[in-house]
Amino acid sequence: MRVAISATGRTLEDDVDPRFGRCRYFIIADTESMQYEAMDNAAAAAGGGAGVSAGQAIAAKGVEAVLTGNCGPNAYQVLEAVGIKVVTGVSGTVKEAIDGYRTGRYKESSQPNVPDHFGMGGAAGR
Amino acid sequence: MIISVASGKGGTGKTLVATSLALSLKDAGPVALLDCDVEEPNAHILLKPEIAGREPVNMPVPVVDLDRCTYCGECARVCAYNAIAVLGKHVLTFPQLCHGCGACSYLCPEKAISEEPRQTGIVEWGDAHGVRLVHGILTVGEAMAPPVIRKVKERTGDRPGGIVIRDVPPGTSCPVVEAVQGSDFCLLVTEPTPFGLNDLALAVETVRELRIPCGVVLNRAGIGDAGVEEYCLQERIPVLLTIPLHMEIARLYSRGITLVEGMPYWKERFQRLFDRIKEIVHEGSRSLKR
Repeated sequence: MRVAISATGRTLEDDVDPRFGRCRYFIIADTESMQYEAMDNAAAAAGGGAGVSAGQAIAAKGVEAVLTGNCGPNAYQVLEAVGIKVVTGVSGTVKEAIDGYRTGRYKESSQPNVPDHFGMGGAAGR
Repeated sequence: MIISVASGKGGTGKTLVATSLALSLKDAGPVALLDCDVEEPNAHILLKPEIAGREPVNMPVPVVDLDRCTYCGECARVCAYNAIAVLGKHVLTFPQLCHGCGACSYLCPEKAISEEPRQTGIVEWGDAHGVRLVHGILTVGEAMAPPVIRKVKERTGDRPGGIVIRDVPPGTSCPVVEAVQGSDFCLLVTEPTPFGLNDLALAVETVRELRIPCGVVLNRAGIGDAGVEEYCLQERIPVLLTIPLHMEIARLYSRGITLVEGMPYWKERFQRLFDRIKEIVHEGSRSLKR
């Protein structure tokens, strides 16, 4: 089964990026064969709506689940609309995340776990 | 004459300067004070106007007619703000991300998108002590201040020979640019501390980019160091007014009393400040004509 993991690098040894919409890369991996591809997250530097944009890119990849640290309301709405499961609270390396998902260590979330703009880093605005 | 009062750093005394400047000039012509800090307007606390009118600020947001939609995805592609997503047979709109540019409805090949107004704020106005106060209030939870600020600026009223003072939000981001844009002069209020200097330099860069002449008001003088004054000298920015750190000023202000009401001898200083600004603006327009 195919999953997408938000990642800080392009390999299975890199860490899971705690942000979904503004992560550097996505790793699209097959949990059985461990074959994978890395893609740049074009939404990482979006002025706004990064979660919506990243969510659409992942939806086009036909994955069953997203493994990430945190997922905000807009991204969650996009992923939910196409029936992609969202697993939040994932950390460690990408490989550990895939192993954890395959062995049923994670539970999917039924709602976003952080408010919007969470992945912008620090206090926003003023 | 439009004068904006900005700062970069928050809490340096923009509203203190803007309210007292407005009150000091009411004999020189009709004066309007625009509180453009729509995320937390506060000039009304000091001027205490009677609100004479209010108007909602609306943003046009897309509504998709699913009977006509073919899910081609063009709207999502043209949206620069990611406010529409098309996923298979789903169209999701995110009104809070929408900037109201209208690209989606204009470019929809099926003409399936119409626009409906969504209120993001309100503009209020009223008179106090012979000054027209206009302020905007961005609805809590909304992210975009500039459309509300634009409405505040439109509400100045067409008064020949009038003086407009704009109380600008802190920082150097979009709301500040919107609030300062179109003014003849920008007063930058700062304090003589490293924080004050750092944010003053950012604000100076911003107003220079906008090609608006500026001058500095040094507030809470007596604390900190000489960094701000050295910077102003080096950058040839005039320090037009110095307000000392003074317990009585703080005491009055904390009770909602403006500087010129509580300490009337300041009125003349603000009038002189206005005369200096007029000279600078006049010189600038003369050198432009040459």
